[in-house]
Amino acid sequence: MSEVQQQGGGDKKGGKVRSKKQSTRIDMTPMVDLAFLLLTFFMLTTTFAKPKTMEIAVPEKPKDNAPKPPEVNEKRVMNLILGDKDKVYWWMGITKPEVNTTTYSKDGIRKVVLEKERDVAAIMRGLGKDPDKFPMVILIKPVDSSRYKNFVDIMDEMKITKAPIYALVPITADDKALIKDK
Amino acid sequence: MPKVKPHRSSPTLDMTPMVDLAFLLVTFFMLTTKFAPEEPVQVDMPKSHANFRLPDTDILLLTVSKDGKVFFGMDGKFTKQTLLTNMGNAHNIKFTPDQINRFAVLPSFGLPLSQLQSYLDMEADARKAIIQPGIPADSLNNELADWIIYSRLANPKLRIAIKGDLDTKFPVINKVIETLKSQDVNHFNLITNLIAEPGVNEPDNK
Repeated sequence: MSEVQQQGGGDKKGGKVRSKKQSTRIDMTPMVDLAFLLLTFFMLTTTFAKPKTMEIAVPEKPKDNAPKPPEVNEKRVMNLILGDKDKVYWWMGITKPEVNTTTYSKDGIRKVVLEKERDVAAIMRGLGKDPDKFPMVILIKPVDSSRYKNFVDIMDEMKITKAPIYALVPITADDKALIKDK
Repeated sequence: MPKVKPHRSSPTLDMTPMVDLAFLLVTFFMLTTKFAPEEPVQVDMPKSHANFRLPDTDILLLTVSKDGKVFFGMDGKFTKQTLLTNMGNAHNIKFTPDQINRFAVLPSFGLPLSQLQSYLDMEADARKAIIQPGIPADSLNNELADWIIYSRLANPKLRIAIKGDLDTKFPVINKVIETLKSQDVNHFNLITNLIAEPGVNEPDNK
């Protein structure tokens, strides 16, 4: 084991008589044992992975005298319902909605959003409007039985797909009726 | 024929460098370790691709448990002392200096203000046994809103973070978000675990 070697202290009387050298070797085994114990403890308890965070910005509460929000062509509105049991329902517009069901996976909602974004851009171009100025609007409506995980997942997908306009909207009775038999 | 004795080399070897290294590592880990503060509830965080690192200081942490209770946690000993004094003044509760000092080192709690005094008077062991009911955050009695107002007054640099459980029902989270919105807090953070997916993660803000 590791040891410290030291020369014995000199004789104070100054004569040539050498004092008996005493061994100054200490057994350091217990100390080193302890050092390794501590090392293991700290290594195992340390967490390097700090929690990550998702930044969320919500719109300001409208003031009483605020102007009415502009009307939006229903063709560029996408309704996303965060349903029960990790299901996502979606449809475009309000007239004759076609309710579809998908999942939160990579090939689920992400694909749908990206696809529909392209469709909306094509429609807007057809109407002679700049699709950058009139992008798809996504309305996110969580039902009461949806989980927090669903909310985080959908916010994450919004960030990943870089959806330009999305809003958290309370679910209406009409929406509930639409997803009821799905 | 005489036996040839093989030359035996000494079986001891110099372990000094290894021990040096061990001590170096011990010191390193001891200095870098930060113990996780005690949480009143176990929270299983959802995962996301967000890769923004939460700063260490000036954080107001709102923990939302699985059963919908809201817990309040803040860092900074002195800001917490100011917070409790102001909070007491606003609700006509006089906290003793001893209670204020105990509050300053409290990691996270979820109690209505009326129960806070008796909770602070308890010994640390007795506190653990208490099942905390969560901070009232409904529209009739929204103490959470007051906690947020006064903590932001005590520390204007405060960043608000929500740590929710996977299975928390959305209306509870919405209640917290609405409370924040009513305070004009329109930017906040959701604490999540990282899913690494190449090409999808945002760059780290390190």
